[in-house]
Amino acid sequence: MSRTARLLMFGVGAAGLGVVLVYGLGGIPAFGHYQGVYGRVLDGIGVAQRHATDLVTGLNFDFRAFDTLGEEFILFASVLGIVLILREMRDEHERPRQEEADEHQFAGASSALRALALGLIPSMIALGVYIVVHGQITPGGGFQGGVILATGPLVAFLSGRYLRMKALAPHTIIELGDAAGAMGYALIGLGGLVFVGVFFKNFLPLGIPGHLLSAGQIDVASVAVGLEVSGAFLVGWSEFFDQAILVRPEGDR
Amino acid sequence: MTVLQIAALAAVALGGGAVVAAKDPLRQALVLSIYGLALTMLFFVFQAPDVALSEIVVSTVGLPVMLLLALRKIREHERARREEDR
Repeated sequence: MSRTARLLMFGVGAAGLGVVLVYGLGGIPAFGHYQGVYGRVLDGIGVAQRHATDLVTGLNFDFRAFDTLGEEFILFASVLGIVLILREMRDEHERPRQEEADEHQFAGASSALRALALGLIPSMIALGVYIVVHGQITPGGGFQGGVILATGPLVAFLSGRYLRMKALAPHTIIELGDAAGAMGYALIGLGGLVFVGVFFKNFLPLGIPGHLLSAGQIDVASVAVGLEVSGAFLVGWSEFFDQAILVRPEGDR
Repeated sequence: MTVLQIAALAAVALGGGAVVAAKDPLRQALVLSIYGLALTMLFFVFQAPDVALSEIVVSTVGLPVMLLLALRKIREHERARREEDR
């Protein structure tokens, strides 16, 4: 197709998009004037009924817990896909451990960087745990805290020690965390079905709003999701790392 | 709308353009993570701290790590192929 024809087609498309956009934007409520009913209802009953002061986590893990189950297994399935695609193929092999460990201690990893990483690893893990367990009280929750938790071991790689990262987060452990978290979340739903007759209906004591152990299933679900997400990210990352750092085509030793 | 909100919107608009305009994939991955930071600011000033927390970790750590490792693998493949051709 010639340049003029392409520009002409783009012009027609852009003009059409512009018209629809302006028309559509004219119909939305003014900035800051929320008109939904659902949000207002939840805003009124969040603390009163579920004892969760962070309504977003309350929404994810209680009011719409079933939707989160779907999201949970989307993440689980996509990590499974990564593992499947990035597996070691027949004409590839992993480099011997010692050799690759030497190679990866790149020149940039000074003692200062390693000392910084030593301080960062526990603080990232502590921050992640804090955000996971306080999901029902303050902004955060299982997903956010889970990803922060996963960055703890990642810092070991940034300081030039990939094998240390593998030692800090062994494959079996992170895979187990991924699977146990996903299963735990589904079990909370089943618990509702068994004890109070409705899938994902809260069956745990609600406690006092603002306390660490409160809001019934929201807190427990947050921990399960945190476990699943941190496991999922670490499994995904380490598959990428293995491919980029360890796996070599046959004959390249 | 406050000044902060307008600034965050402008940063996101500029950042999105910059990601598209970056030609080199390596540079693009880094610009993408800066764009993620702008999005985090946007969510934060529009009072969505939960979303901001997810965005900051995924866009500044989660995604770039995967992109950079994939780029490294691709380069290795290209180098190996060039050596074979010789």
